[in-house]
Amino acid sequence: MTEQAYNFAYLDEATKRMIRRALLKGLAIPGYQVPFASREMPMPYGWGTGGVQVTAACLTPGDTLKVIDQGADDTTNAVSIRKFFERTAQVRTTETTAEATVIQTRHRIPEVALTQGQILVYQVPIPEPLRFLEPRESETRRMHALEEYGLMHVKLYEDIARHGAIATSYAYPVKVEGRYVMDPSPIPKFDNPKLGGNAAIQLFGAGREQRIYALPPYTDVVSLDFEDHPFDPSKADHACDLCGSGASYLDEVITDDTGSRMFVCSDTSYCTTRQAEGHTGRLSPKGEAA
Amino acid sequence: MFEAEVLSGGFSNPAHESARAFRACLEAMARPGRIQPITGATPPAPVSPAAGAILLTLVDATTPIFLAESHDTEAVRKWIAFHCSAPVVAAGEADFAIGTWDALQPLSQFAIGTADYPDRSATLIIDCEDLSEPTALLSGPGIETKQPAYLPAIDAFGANHAQFPLGVDCYFTSGGQVSALPRSTKVEAL
Repeated sequence: MTEQAYNFAYLDEATKRMIRRALLKGLAIPGYQVPFASREMPMPYGWGTGGVQVTAACLTPGDTLKVIDQGADDTTNAVSIRKFFERTAQVRTTETTAEATVIQTRHRIPEVALTQGQILVYQVPIPEPLRFLEPRESETRRMHALEEYGLMHVKLYEDIARHGAIATSYAYPVKVEGRYVMDPSPIPKFDNPKLGGNAAIQLFGAGREQRIYALPPYTDVVSLDFEDHPFDPSKADHACDLCGSGASYLDEVITDDTGSRMFVCSDTSYCTTRQAEGHTGRLSPKGEAA
Repeated sequence: MFEAEVLSGGFSNPAHESARAFRACLEAMARPGRIQPITGATPPAPVSPAAGAILLTLVDATTPIFLAESHDTEAVRKWIAFHCSAPVVAAGEADFAIGTWDALQPLSQFAIGTADYPDRSATLIIDCEDLSEPTALLSGPGIETKQPAYLPAIDAFGANHAQFPLGVDCYFTSGGQVSALPRSTKVEAL
């Protein structure tokens, strides 16, 4: 079958209208999960079917798309989604954060500050932050309606009682504009401070769970914490071994079977840009050291 | 009226033009009070081209629409029936409503959602003379500090915001321009 056999950006127009209405209501009620009639996509659940549908509803022919998976542009998930939209929407794609107008992401926010005119689309597995505390949708919906978030604070408190600190390190719950508690998708808590006051539009799509939610630019987003245990956006206490950055979120990579390891930026675009600028790290080739 | 007027005025390339029109709506709703260009539709008067583009982009057979008296003409009904297939209903049952500000009064006749489902609320498309003269100062999500904007009223939108997370969301349209005011925005007179 040829690419021309599909509508622009794969989805039919009626589906896009439905998703677009959900996105607009999501922006009007920041942090609230809008139900939508998620479609079957030509990829399995867990591979970003929600994000792909949001991206498909947002793309215009003039857009430049970037797709990242845990910060990386070159993993299977990122490459296949990028190719999917190259074929079905004929949009330009890029690996450079600053060049992109639409960025679909799985579990990271790019290191470089986003700008006005950019849209960040998150792939979300479980949109309901209260789901592991209360399995019934009817109950969690009522808890959001009543602003009944005591259970979430109990969960964080139990972390402190058992571990001495809030042990939640990813999908760290946030409160949006003092109203809705929201799951920021499984981004590391290191990224949480970038959710609030961001110049870009942030859209969240959960395909299997059929929910869409959104953060307009410059929205007030607060990570839940306690006065005596303030939120700590921690990261591995190392510098990147390839670009030397001490400020970026790092992946730990085991390099042999005797326990050697290295730390590298999870954001590949950020890391390669810094390397191109001449920054070096512990494991950079010596001959090229600046 | 001429049948040609009913059949024409839609997007010439629906997939591409509705995508661009949606991005205008998205930017407008994400940055309340900022005016965005939106084009591609030529609906029958008194529907503005911007309002027509919003209708073509968001309204279909699954979203009942209310036509305020200002916009309830034979030509508009036929145009919406042909291009959007949307059923025309009473104000309280509508997902979308279109009209001038005065004709859409009172705002209390529209759905504001429920505590469990605040998204089940009406979206108003308000045709205005001109959006360029600011009358209000906006703040809230989507606005870095303060945003001056034209609003046809102040108190009514303050009351709408006071119901948050319930409330209606509004688009203001004039010619080929759109701006928006979600329920989350705080409104003060300029």
